[in-house]
Amino acid sequence: MSQTMLVQGNHACALGALAAGVRFFAGYPITPSTEIAEILAKELPKVGGKFIQMEDEIASMGAICGASLGGFKAITATSGPGFSLMQELIGYASLAEIPLVIVNVQRGGPSTGQPTSPSQSDVMQARWGSHGDRGVIALVPSSVQESYQLMIDAVNLAERFRTPVIFLMDEVVGHMREKLVIPKTTPTIINRRKPEPGELPYAPGPDGVPALPPFGEGYHFHVTGLIHDETGFPTGSPEVTEKTIKRLHQKLENNMDEILRYDELHSADAEYLIISYGCSARSAEEAVRMAREKGIKAGLLRLISIWPFPSDLIEEKCARVKKVFVAEMNYGQVTGEVTKVLGRSKVQPVLRVDTQMITPRQILEAITREGN
Amino acid sequence: MNETLKKYFRMNRLPHIWCPGCGNGIVVGALVRAIDKLGLNPDKTSIISGIGCSSRSSGYLNFDTVHTAHGRALTFATGLKLARPDLNVIVLTGDGDATAIGGNHFIHAARRNIDLTTIVFNNNIYGMTGGQYSPLTPTHSKATTSPYGHIENPFDITELAKASGASYVARGTTYHTLELINLIADAISHKGFSVVEAITACPISFGRQNKLGNAPAMMKWQKENTISVKAASKLPAEQLAGKVVIGELYRRQAPEYTAEYQKVIDRVTGGNGQ
Amino acid sequence: MVIINTKFCKGCQICVDFCPKHIIKLDDMQKAQIIDQSKCISCGFCELRCPDYAITVVKE
Repeated sequence: MSQTMLVQGNHACALGALAAGVRFFAGYPITPSTEIAEILAKELPKVGGKFIQMEDEIASMGAICGASLGGFKAITATSGPGFSLMQELIGYASLAEIPLVIVNVQRGGPSTGQPTSPSQSDVMQARWGSHGDRGVIALVPSSVQESYQLMIDAVNLAERFRTPVIFLMDEVVGHMREKLVIPKTTPTIINRRKPEPGELPYAPGPDGVPALPPFGEGYHFHVTGLIHDETGFPTGSPEVTEKTIKRLHQKLENNMDEILRYDELHSADAEYLIISYGCSARSAEEAVRMAREKGIKAGLLRLISIWPFPSDLIEEKCARVKKVFVAEMNYGQVTGEVTKVLGRSKVQPVLRVDTQMITPRQILEAITREGN
Repeated sequence: MNETLKKYFRMNRLPHIWCPGCGNGIVVGALVRAIDKLGLNPDKTSIISGIGCSSRSSGYLNFDTVHTAHGRALTFATGLKLARPDLNVIVLTGDGDATAIGGNHFIHAARRNIDLTTIVFNNNIYGMTGGQYSPLTPTHSKATTSPYGHIENPFDITELAKASGASYVARGTTYHTLELINLIADAISHKGFSVVEAITACPISFGRQNKLGNAPAMMKWQKENTISVKAASKLPAEQLAGKVVIGELYRRQAPEYTAEYQKVIDRVTGGNGQ
Repeated sequence: MVIINTKFCKGCQICVDFCPKHIIKLDDMQKAQIIDQSKCISCGFCELRCPDYAITVVKE
């Protein structure tokens, strides 16, 4: 029968990883994500899995790259400062197409910032933190239950698309305790595609996603951070370079049907639509309820997959809306992306960068101001 | 090249890119002969390299290979070895790659005594980027970034490895090729963190900038300025000044990381750990 | 008997200098060349120390 417990989001995330088949964790202590490492240090050996605390976050990324190439589902967990250190190897894993998940429990930035406070100010870093052009998947839970469920999706998507996936939590969702129901049905699990005989390690496959050869089975697979051709060996060819970089974007953008995740509340007849995600979306839900009580047709579009950015979805959902409010705990990082889709006049940011959660009233006031 | 060694190379990737007289090819040749001597199963052997001249080696070797990021080979290797203790994992790295940007990983991998064989191609310089000094560049040497003579003191990487916890430490040179093969073979066979410093000539950059002559001349320097561990033990300290000691410098048996972790799994799972 | 793969040889002169019998020289294309195969003692050091894997010593 299903299991019910009262746990932190970080705990739920760790359990989700295990349920998804993660059997390797490498990480480094950092508030507010350390609980994930602590829980996996305890739980992984129980299932024959491996845990290692590395000397820094760069080493942690290197270790999970190595473990993933060794055939393990591997993850790490960190927060802003560690996430910054991980960027070069996140880029490496993108180009070498190594499946893994990086959990970033966002805290107040920049720099040491506000270590025990929430923020959502790493959204752009999740997209562009590593140098160069490449695609990325980022998923954002806004509850403890979702931290479990969505983490399974994150691990699956990494395997499915041979890519790093950023699991973008925040300190609120990470540290709050809520009911978690672990369904008794085993979740659907996606495993990396093994190559057909003679299939090259970077041949794009039917949907732009190459098969991933296993280490230790005689494949003699070469992995490099240099731009490489389908054989995996370095090349200086402009054509191959262009093809590779485009494929790293398009293998995700062409498969949005499998990646796109969002939630809606009263958005069908909404005149004022809030776009929010993570902890801020919890306040937005309450604001919608309060607005509706006042007869204001407000609605919420909650983004669960933030990267690749769901531009088409936003364009469609906001077509008949008078005004869009983007509620986020940063200086307008998703606001900027939404503005690119809808234009400045249609978008009203509701921002907070003072470590305090956006309140429902704050959003409601923005909506009512707009209404008058 | 001897026919029997060809299976260890990706022949279609040769000739390699190293400059005429660069010793890296000799070190890789020694590694391949050590692997052949031990009869390692190439399907169960992974070679992980960093960035720099030394680290192009993984592309030429017919194994599961990873050309990682600068300084990070040991972190990839640690993850791979912990996940897959059944694989032989060999790390090829340069003096800069291992002790500058990779220094933190080097001392921690040694501290853990994880079963990795690390071969440091020490050519005293950053060759790939055109000849800057590295943490192993001798004091007073010329480099493009020490045009007035290097004022820094280099590490003794073998002492650094030993102090950090490595359980096998050796130093060889490209001149003493047969010995280098044996040192590498012993390092691979040793269960624990093994380091072999391979002194190798960089005639095009370090040699030219310091007027050390061509490749044979630099290898003659290796012959005339090194002393074996055995011979050195018989000489008083002052006579050792300026001499580089080569051979097996240090070895001890110590708990190996992946074996210890497996014990944890066995303890926690009551022995039926998957 | 020493076989030189001139495609691989880069003329670094290591074999020339270290051959105990001094029977290797660089030709005018800067490629290693055996002066007198009969004097080769098959010590194998040229092959061992060739950085470019250009030398194969065939032991009779």
